[in-house]
Amino acid sequence: MESIISYFTSLNPMNLFGSIPGAVAQGIIWGIMALGVYITFRILDIADLTVDGSFTTGAAVTVMLKIAGVPMWLCLLVAVLAGLVAGTVTGLLHTKLGIPAILAGILTQLALYSINLRIMGMSANKSFNFGEKDLYVTLGNIPMAIIVTVIFAVAIILLLYWYFGTEQGSALRATGSNHSMSSAQGININNMKIIGLALSNALVALSGGLMSQFQGYVDINMGRGAIVIGLAAVIIGEVIGLALLGKHLNFWGKLTFVVFGGVVYYIVITIVLWLKLDSNDLKLFTAVIVALFLAVPYLRGQKKSSFKLAKKRGEKLDAENK
Amino acid sequence: MLKINNIEKTFNPGTINEKKALSGVSLHLNKGDFVTIIGGNGAGKSTLMNAITGVWPVDNGSIYLDGVNITGLREHQRAKYIGRVFQDPMMGTAPDMQIVENLALAFRRGQRRTLKWGTTSAEKSMFRERLSTLGLGLEDRMTTKVGLLSGGQRQALTLLMASLRKPKLLLLDEHTAALDPSTAAKVLDLSDKIISEDSLTAMMITHNMHDAITHGNRLIMMNEGKIILDISGEEKKKLTVEHLLEKFEQVSGSKLENDRMLLSTD
Repeated sequence: MESIISYFTSLNPMNLFGSIPGAVAQGIIWGIMALGVYITFRILDIADLTVDGSFTTGAAVTVMLKIAGVPMWLCLLVAVLAGLVAGTVTGLLHTKLGIPAILAGILTQLALYSINLRIMGMSANKSFNFGEKDLYVTLGNIPMAIIVTVIFAVAIILLLYWYFGTEQGSALRATGSNHSMSSAQGININNMKIIGLALSNALVALSGGLMSQFQGYVDINMGRGAIVIGLAAVIIGEVIGLALLGKHLNFWGKLTFVVFGGVVYYIVITIVLWLKLDSNDLKLFTAVIVALFLAVPYLRGQKKSSFKLAKKRGEKLDAENK
Repeated sequence: MLKINNIEKTFNPGTINEKKALSGVSLHLNKGDFVTIIGGNGAGKSTLMNAITGVWPVDNGSIYLDGVNITGLREHQRAKYIGRVFQDPMMGTAPDMQIVENLALAFRRGQRRTLKWGTTSAEKSMFRERLSTLGLGLEDRMTTKVGLLSGGQRQALTLLMASLRKPKLLLLDEHTAALDPSTAAKVLDLSDKIISEDSLTAMMITHNMHDAITHGNRLIMMNEGKIILDISGEEKKKLTVEHLLEKFEQVSGSKLENDRMLLSTD
């Protein structure tokens, strides 16, 4: 009993309130990554595991170029290009060599681990130079970080909305929706998959680049489980979006709620850490959360229609008719 | 128009499941020909269509469409010339996209997909007009997701999509088989109308002998990967179901088992 009381008295609400703004900024950065995951997972219907590697690639490229004195806009641009290449490799493995998409992603991810180490000069983590001023987002100025990440997120949502309305973007959506229809309408579905994977990983790498600035360093393991966090953001966003807007949830709404899902995810993580959950248990916690959210739509359907229910209803009807 | 020269296709070669699906099929169609194709299960009808659309490469032989050798072209490259309606109503449309978006995709068949906006307002009014010719009220549901439509509606839409950009060749692969009788009749009428109005060259697979006789100007029957009957002109006009059954016995040397052939004669 005493230990419970001492546990609760040791929790300081001010600490939690203090860490929320930082969680929001970080959540938006994860949300940008989740927009990339949305392209593959929801639009192309591919679970792309390249993400865990390309997130770190984006961060590594950004930090190393910055240390070499390259202006930040160029660092991020190269990070985006690196992500583009990573996604293209997965796409080529999948479409040209016939490797199942999920395996192709795993292979690229594994290869990227070595490549990321190479980029980072064979050390497991690298920090920006002490007192580096040319950072777009940093832990040191959280209000500014929130403003900048929001600008990035809004710009990306605008770009994605535009792209998926174009002829090419529509063809990409059709590819994810129906392969045989797309081929019959003259769409090169292999090219569309490659483009989708490349775009997705470009966004993921950009997010990695922003994250490295926010935390001030790159770590070889920072991308581990990124795909799951991305899925968490996509799914949490969808569940909340559907609950709030229902049928009115259009493409704008979907994209916006994906970023919002990232924020919600990270706030939850912050609260859990504040409750003194061991940070080593975070991955377990995240996996459980994502499993729960993935199960929600299925379980909801079961509530309306299942064999168990059918049996019950049938027995009831038979009893009445006796 | 369409020249198929001695094409062959064997599935799973060298395995216990080896199946010679096409063994030397040759077929020449003239511009404006409407050919109906009948034959039992496994006769090679759908395989012939897959060979023409380029789902996979043929083992042997060549295919020319309007003078162009398309034998080496992939499916999405041939789509420029060919409109296709599948047997399964789910296969011809993108369920997660709106009716208007599906039509816009079909309207760009064979063209480069650029970064221009996917549908223009001029196209929308043209689509609306074309949809109204289906008589299904779809013109008032242009922004509805296609996944919410019935099988018959989706098949009618697929037909419209296949002919939106006038194809050199229209392929109908048992496209009414999965529909209820009255919807099937409607979709079949619609097919006739589109083919005659746009004077399209078309091929239609059917299991219904009566439909095979009453539609089109030419009828071919397939068996074991070969064309065993090819009837056109006056002879086709005078054709009856009994006559057709008789012909089959003559050519194949075996009695046509109606059950096995899964042909309906009504």
